[in-house]
Amino acid sequence: MAAVKTTSEVTLNRLAVVAVLIITIIFLAPIYWITATAFKPRNLATTIPPTVVFEPEISPFVKLFLRRSQLREQPTAEEYAEAPWWERLVFDGGEKIVRDGKGNVQLSGYPSRFMNSLIVAISSTVLAVGMGTLTAYGFSRFKVAGEQDWLFFILSTRMLPPVVVAIPMFLMYRWFGLNDTHLGLIILYTAFNLSFSVWLMKGFIDEIPKEYEEAALVDGYTRMEAFFKIVLPEAATGIAATAVFCFLIAWNEYAFALIMTRRDAQTAPPFIPSQVGSGLPDWTVIAAGTFLFLIPVAIFTFLLRNHLLRGMSFGAIRK
Amino acid sequence: MTHIELRGVQKWFGSVQVIKDMNLEIAGNEFIVMLGQSGCGKTTTLRAVAGLETIDEGDILIDGKPVQHLKASDRDIAMVFQSFSLYPHMTVYENVAFPLRATGMSRADIDTSVREVARVLRITDLLDRKPSALSGGDMQRVAIGRALVRKPKAMLMDEPIGALDAKLREQMRAEIKRLHMKQGSTTIYVTHDQVEAMSLADRIVIMHEGVLQQVGTPDEVYARPQSLFVAQFVGSPVMNVSEATLKDEGGAVRVHYDPGDAGFEFPRELLGKLNGHGAGGLSLGIRPEGVLVSREPQAGYVPVEAHIIEPLGSHDIVDLKVGEGMLRARTPAGFVPRPGEVVHARIDPAQAHFFDTGSGKSLGIRL
Repeated sequence: MAAVKTTSEVTLNRLAVVAVLIITIIFLAPIYWITATAFKPRNLATTIPPTVVFEPEISPFVKLFLRRSQLREQPTAEEYAEAPWWERLVFDGGEKIVRDGKGNVQLSGYPSRFMNSLIVAISSTVLAVGMGTLTAYGFSRFKVAGEQDWLFFILSTRMLPPVVVAIPMFLMYRWFGLNDTHLGLIILYTAFNLSFSVWLMKGFIDEIPKEYEEAALVDGYTRMEAFFKIVLPEAATGIAATAVFCFLIAWNEYAFALIMTRRDAQTAPPFIPSQVGSGLPDWTVIAAGTFLFLIPVAIFTFLLRNHLLRGMSFGAIRK
Repeated sequence: MTHIELRGVQKWFGSVQVIKDMNLEIAGNEFIVMLGQSGCGKTTTLRAVAGLETIDEGDILIDGKPVQHLKASDRDIAMVFQSFSLYPHMTVYENVAFPLRATGMSRADIDTSVREVARVLRITDLLDRKPSALSGGDMQRVAIGRALVRKPKAMLMDEPIGALDAKLREQMRAEIKRLHMKQGSTTIYVTHDQVEAMSLADRIVIMHEGVLQQVGTPDEVYARPQSLFVAQFVGSPVMNVSEATLKDEGGAVRVHYDPGDAGFEFPRELLGKLNGHGAGGLSLGIRPEGVLVSREPQAGYVPVEAHIIEPLGSHDIVDLKVGEGMLRARTPAGFVPRPGEVVHARIDPAQAHFFDTGSGKSLGIRL
């Protein structure tokens, strides 16, 4: 039967499309702004009104990745002519690239910060989701003495705003020598995410009928094998959703990263705003750093999008 | 030819005893149906045999060896669940092959076994599908296939067709019977549906509140119920049961089904057989087909009024008003034309059952 729509339904439908478009524009505007700024020449980044049409250039990225300093004097015509194209871009911005004694260029702090972010976010996500899934499985399938109290205790670790404990954490970390180490941040983010991961995964695992595992048990598998062969594949959606949330929290975390790390283990969030350039803040470099910082999250979320959509509604609707 | 035995099995859930001193021997290749209402302990017993539930006391023996301390995976028993429990992320083929993969069998052998079972169960066309794309009957075939493929020592089935609609249930019942006749493995089948039990079982085990009530062939439990519970649980419509009183009237004995009725005639030998039994009160049980109905007055027949008529096509079930009580009779279709009609009835002494009301036990009297 063909769907026949009345006039009012058509109007409502069009209104909904318009509303969705407006909301989409509002949500995408900051992303457009960052992306556009990342490709602007420095002098167009802060114009009022904003420059919309411009010739995109790559110089903010060159500046983001390389160490540079303020030019004292203009480069000579020879220096300028000999310089590769990317160095000229830096000259044009009134800066020069810092070279070591052998004339090699040096990387800025950004690549290592970016790597730190990846290391810390991925490790803590794997740990939090892995431990959370096992814990949730235990609570879901076995009789645990004081189960409700334990679960409440696990949840209660999230009841305090994390920053409240920042100073005691800092002192503890100094005592243990965990300040400015990858391990320190990984432990911290895992602890943050664990309670969340346990609760979310418990919801997902509770939804998987016990009988699947019992079938596997009588089919000749041990409980451990049943867990890996039956429960994990069945919980894939939940694991994916939980992983995305944990990854986002660890990837975006700012306050503790600012307090607990300085150089070696510093992640990108506290580093990017410190890139004020030499002299006035160079918003194009900050935008370039932010733009690159968005990409892993976009890829991760895109890859898991089907699981995520199901995961949201799956976890939300409980009996 | 696997022989299973339960010896003095006891099981508590907290303070509730769900299995009370259960003793049962199951012969090789036997098809046993455990029948009882929900919560009677039949599923718990089955799960205990499978190893999914621990027992608190007693022994479970498979081929003479105690297995109550073995894990489910080490008992070599297959089970079909009511919800089928097909692994949703695997295809039908993978589902059926799953138990074989646990044994470390070679790929080629697994393939041969899976295809053989698929052929027997007529699911070859479905092997590439996911369980979500199957109908209820097909899911059940796959679940049985997964249980059969390993050639287990015994098959356990927990209401395997309870989730299907009536017509499909009937069809699958026949299929399970055919399969058992062909494969012949020791089977324990749990159901609350007495029709399923009667049609499938070699022997029926009737349970009530954790206690084994009677074990016997379908014929035995139907024709010679050992207790009021079994008498009223097996058979549809339910057996008529009422407290009865006896009157000795010289030539015959009158048994009053209801205090207000005229009494039904029974042979005198009943008195001798009763001989003081039924001290806790006497109950008379009679199945609807044991109530004989006649349109014309006959010797020994009592006039009664037809109250409700349930036409069932092949026959009618007629509620006869006997005193204040009701006696359900089975008559040929249309035998009693309309409610309110007066007909004549008697109780066939050969089909009457007598119970001690107090203990609920059958007095074992046959006339």
